[in-house]
Amino acid sequence: MSEQLLAVQDLEVSFATEDGLLRAVGGVSFTVSRGEAVAIVGESGSGKSVTVMTLMGLTRSPNARFGGTAMLHGEDLIGASETKLEAIRGKEIAMIFQDPISALSPVQRVGAQIAEQIRAHEKISKAAALERAIELMGRVGIPNARERARAYPHEFSGGMRQRVMIAMALSLSPSVLIADEPTTALDVTIQAQILDEIRQLSAEVNNGVIFVTHDLGVVADIADRVLVMYAGRLVEQGTVDDIFYDPQHPYTWGLLGSVTRVDRDPPRRLPAIPGQPPSLIKPPEGCPFQPRCPHAFDRCRELPPLAPQLPDIGHLDRCWLKPSDKRALRETDGRIGLTEGAAS
Amino acid sequence: MTENDTVVPDAKADGQQPLLQADHVQLYFPVKSGALIGRTVGAVHAVDDVSLSLTEGQTLGIVGESGCGKSTLARCLVRLHEPTSGTIRFHDTDITHLGRRGLQPFRREAQLVFQDPVSSLNPRKRVGQIVETPMRLHGMSRGDASARVRELLERVGLNPEHVNRFPHEFSGGQRQRIGVARALANNPKLIVLDEPVSALDVSIQAQVINLLDDLQDEFGLSYVFIAHDLSVVRHFSDLIAVMYLGKFMEVSPAAELYSKPIHPYTQALLSAIPIPDPRENRARERRVIGGEPPNPIQPPPGCRFNTRCPRATDICKQVEPPLAEYAGGHLAACHHPMNVSATEISAATRSPLSPLSAGELMPGGREGAETGPAPR
Repeated sequence: MSEQLLAVQDLEVSFATEDGLLRAVGGVSFTVSRGEAVAIVGESGSGKSVTVMTLMGLTRSPNARFGGTAMLHGEDLIGASETKLEAIRGKEIAMIFQDPISALSPVQRVGAQIAEQIRAHEKISKAAALERAIELMGRVGIPNARERARAYPHEFSGGMRQRVMIAMALSLSPSVLIADEPTTALDVTIQAQILDEIRQLSAEVNNGVIFVTHDLGVVADIADRVLVMYAGRLVEQGTVDDIFYDPQHPYTWGLLGSVTRVDRDPPRRLPAIPGQPPSLIKPPEGCPFQPRCPHAFDRCRELPPLAPQLPDIGHLDRCWLKPSDKRALRETDGRIGLTEGAAS
Repeated sequence: MTENDTVVPDAKADGQQPLLQADHVQLYFPVKSGALIGRTVGAVHAVDDVSLSLTEGQTLGIVGESGCGKSTLARCLVRLHEPTSGTIRFHDTDITHLGRRGLQPFRREAQLVFQDPVSSLNPRKRVGQIVETPMRLHGMSRGDASARVRELLERVGLNPEHVNRFPHEFSGGQRQRIGVARALANNPKLIVLDEPVSALDVSIQAQVINLLDDLQDEFGLSYVFIAHDLSVVRHFSDLIAVMYLGKFMEVSPAAELYSKPIHPYTQALLSAIPIPDPRENRARERRVIGGEPPNPIQPPPGCRFNTRCPRATDICKQVEPPLAEYAGGHLAACHHPMNVSATEISAATRSPLSPLSAGELMPGGREGAETGPAPR
């Protein structure tokens, strides 16, 4: 196994709100190794963004409460002081945001913004940092990088802005790169370009990538391992093939089933998950998916542990059903379990 | 067929009158310059000579990337914009330049569902008022309207007890259902859906798609479904049009577009979508096209896709290709079509839906003889 870079253990994030304590992330544990791309999948409000923002120290505020640890090179990101974090952030762990227009400063030329980040971590001259910034912009596929470095973010298209973000995130070859829905705001043809870019550059740097997305197509395209989140909890975790071809949690089946596919004849009706995601302030008792789950039974009022139930110990899920029952239900449900070659 | 009719082939087949028909519709937005006296210095070619027709009960999907003019076209079709030129007919009425009063009967028959369920609902109005307004505007009494509101809410899967709630008390999927209920209020014939599920989570998307599907069957609705990628429209459409920089690149019966894309841009769009199936995704040959859509103020001469097209040659930079009609009513505007045999190419005819500015040159190097009636 390759070198483990980041180990998150029992991460808890809650926010005190007017209506009570909102538990955004409840006991999330995972690791990221060198050369690996881990995708965190979930719907809005599942806690996927809060998880990665917390790793970057971006959710710190007076009303936030944290628990657990996130170890990166022997340093705990959750408990680290703000000064310590500033030294790590950008250099050891960096992030690409969903919306590059609000992540970049509108009043500073993009070349200078990238150079500023380099100079925050390395003692080099302004001119040398700018030179590095220009080179990086060229590497992420921005034409006329030297000229474009003098432009402001509003003068770039959405795809080009996202390339600037990538150049900035990779400027110090961080060992962990977090990409939070980096292509959601982009058109499909541009999305394909950006995904290629991230894949290629991460391979060059040989870092670990955490990819947050709600798009299962993107997951299938880029991820090695997948974490499925629902209502602040991990409900399933496994390799990309585990998740797509042998999904264990009914929520994962539902997700896979609701996707419209461009390469298959559409089913007469899309299998939809009924109901709405639960409130995080008053979460349902036991399994968070239980109120929407068509297979819930008595025991689901207790929270199942995230545990391996198959011989394969890398594939974990949080469900009381027996693996054999799950296979049977998955078939009759008509909800996924992609079989190779056959139509779903 | 009368002299003025330019209809898509499948409407021809069953001889039905189109519900909605657009002929050579153009909409240019002027670009002004200068502080006080706005001097027009150019125009954004948002919709540039688009023709289409829709029969009752059918769904037309319009797909394209941001900025291709698909939403502008949708707004033209329901006359929220007035086209710069061209005509739009609904049943037998020419609605292209009708004024506010003249449009009133049409407003009852055609409705729009917006992409963003937050900004398309008035935050200060209760759900009951929002859904009731279109009926009150068309003269229904308060009592009748409020009974119908409850009926509608129930039909779209909301609790009728919630008529007095405000939009912010609902989730995204529920808000979109409110938008649908409002659109249904006056029993319309046509609903234009402008990316109705793009802002929703996948599991909620499926719920709303199924709802729209059911409503179409139940009320015999015609849909124009706008989307930015090809996966969602596949579920709905009878006919799909692929749009790029203000023009239709390809118009095809839905299934055939996916199995046999003729235009390289359609191929690029299809190939860019990652498939939620890791093994197939790895096995598939991806052709990522480079570059970005050009500026719609100065669209490139010839074929609009030539700057990014892997198959482009000199002719593509000079002559705009007409929409060629291949077997089965499959239309594509390309000098170098894909997935069609030489026989199919030589059997292709120039479609009457072709833009007026298009050249006569057909794929295969023939001069295209007009087969359809002359465009006005």
